Amino acid sequence: MTGFLTLLYKELLRFWKVVFQTVAAPILTALLYLLIFSHVLEDRVQVYPRVSYSAFLIPGLAMMSLLQNAFANSSSSLIQSKITGNIVFVLLSPVSHFEFFLAYVAAAAVRGVIVGTGVLLATAAFISLPIHNLLWILLFAVLGSAILGVLGIVAGIWADKFDQLAAFQNFAIVPMTFLSGVFYSIHSLPPFWQQISHLNPFFYMIDGFRYGFFGVSDVSPLLSLGIVAGALLALSFATLSLIRRGYKLRA
Amino acid sequence: MNPAIEIRGLTKRFGALTALTDVDLEIPQGEFFALLGPNGAGKTTLISILAGLARADVGSARIMGHDVVSHYRQARAALGVVPQELVFDPFFTVRETLRIQSGYFGLRNNDRWIEEILARLDLTAKADSNMRALSGGMKRRVLVGQALVHRPPVIILDEPTAGVDVELRQTLWEFIRQLNADGHTIVLTTHYLEEAETLCQRVGMLKQGRLVALDSTRELLMRFSGVRLRLRLSDGELPEALKPLVTSASPAGEWLLGLRDHAQVEDVLAQIRRSGRHVVAMEVTEADLEEVFVAIMQGN
Ligand SMILES: Nc1ncnc2c1ncn2[C@@H]1O[C@H](COP(=O)(O)OP(=O)(O)OP(=O)(O)O)[C@@H](O)[C@H]1O
Ligand SMILES: [Mg+2]
Repeated sequence: MTGFLTLLYKELLRFWKVVFQTVAAPILTALLYLLIFSHVLEDRVQVYPRVSYSAFLIPGLAMMSLLQNAFANSSSSLIQSKITGNIVFVLLSPVSHFEFFLAYVAAAAVRGVIVGTGVLLATAAFISLPIHNLLWILLFAVLGSAILGVLGIVAGIWADKFDQLAAFQNFAIVPMTFLSGVFYSIHSLPPFWQQISHLNPFFYMIDGFRYGFFGVSDVSPLLSLGIVAGALLALSFATLSLIRRGYKLRA
Repeated sequence: MNPAIEIRGLTKRFGALTALTDVDLEIPQGEFFALLGPNGAGKTTLISILAGLARADVGSARIMGHDVVSHYRQARAALGVVPQELVFDPFFTVRETLRIQSGYFGLRNNDRWIEEILARLDLTAKADSNMRALSGGMKRRVLVGQALVHRPPVIILDEPTAGVDVELRQTLWEFIRQLNADGHTIVLTTHYLEEAETLCQRVGMLKQGRLVALDSTRELLMRFSGVRLRLRLSDGELPEALKPLVTSASPAGEWLLGLRDHAQVEDVLAQIRRSGRHVVAMEVTEADLEEVFVAIMQGN
């Protein structure tokens, strides 16, 4: 337990020591998105009845920032430790495979949730959001950031260089988040693209998260919950087996 | 009593390269052991397998009786490794680094031992400096400290004195010797063979992944390169029959002969007497580990 807590503490300290870059910067970026998109689209788009476009957008932006920062946390920490070589300090210790996994996921989730909360608080100054059910909001925030934390572990272990990690981020994570309904409801898409969107697991994270605010969503929040939880379990299982085999970590 | 380290039939390949071939090695508890070999011989690879940083293709290894794969947590808790590469985490100070390392080993309140480590490694003044701000030798000392935070019964040092100044090398060895006297098993790799010779009771030599020598330091010194005989004679000249024994290092006016063993000394003296000369000055010295090392590596 102490091993896990120490690794978690180290991972939290790592991003907290550069909080300006790891928390403040993504909040600012989200605010810029909000400013631009709501300015352009506020009067033209209405997704749900009695919900303004800006209000619709905010949970999406918060979730997007949360997901991207959770991913960034575990992936960048792991690749840095691999490249500088200081990953050996953990590898030499009796910290178990599961503790190792859990510490990176938990730290990623903490950063994700802090950034997501930051976005919501910062935008609350401009637009007030309803809260239909806080439990759904928290549930999807935690599950979503955990999934991205796990994906970050996979990417951080797999990548040998920073540009491979950037490729993973730019060609997988960013498109999947952008195309998941952050900026629009998938009901506004042609039927073919609606079908495609249903294959994107990120869609369910954002849709379920948004349900917690408005009580309305594109698909049933229970379905989203099932899919998101299932994805987390499956990914965790696969990632743990990578760690257990020492894939790219132990020669 | 379990051996500190027990290696059975270990083979390790990296692609087409075989880094270790069928290595067997047992190191009893309390020993001070030197693992020697030229660059690329497989020393670090062997240590990595013991530490769980690499996996063997064939064979098994145990630390204090714990298999390094199936019981990796117990095995790692019993082992402290000073890695060869100079690695550090630039986010933390020296003290933070040692505290975090303690935590990984499950120790919460380890500050007293950490302070002692800092003092013994002459790092107290730098305890609150960021790791980035240390010199290379200081970083190496922190690595030594990190390997010791959990007072492991088995300590492996992969070239701990590379880049460390003379004074600190002395204090470091004093510290390690004390740990050995307290019952810790020490395994050391180094390219400074006189360090190994003075510190270690037993020596193993790796050559291209094979263990080519394994014996007590004394036995190796005696068995492999015999003795050196330094002579000054009454009329300066050596009997013809002894000339093939002369080594190239002979100083002017003296003869330096390389002999198999002490018994041969008598032989040489008898020949000199028969030739009508007599010995003015004489010194018998034993070969050092470096000569043994060179002889073994040149392949007998
Ligand atoms: N991760 C790796 N991938 C491929 N080859 C490797 C790897 N690690 C070591 N080797 C190879 O295995 C052989 C043994 O290397 P090792 O580092 O064990 O040598 P060493 O005895 O520690 O040498 P040195 O005295 O230089 O530290 C070398 O030929 C090396 O190139
Ligand atoms: Mg080496």
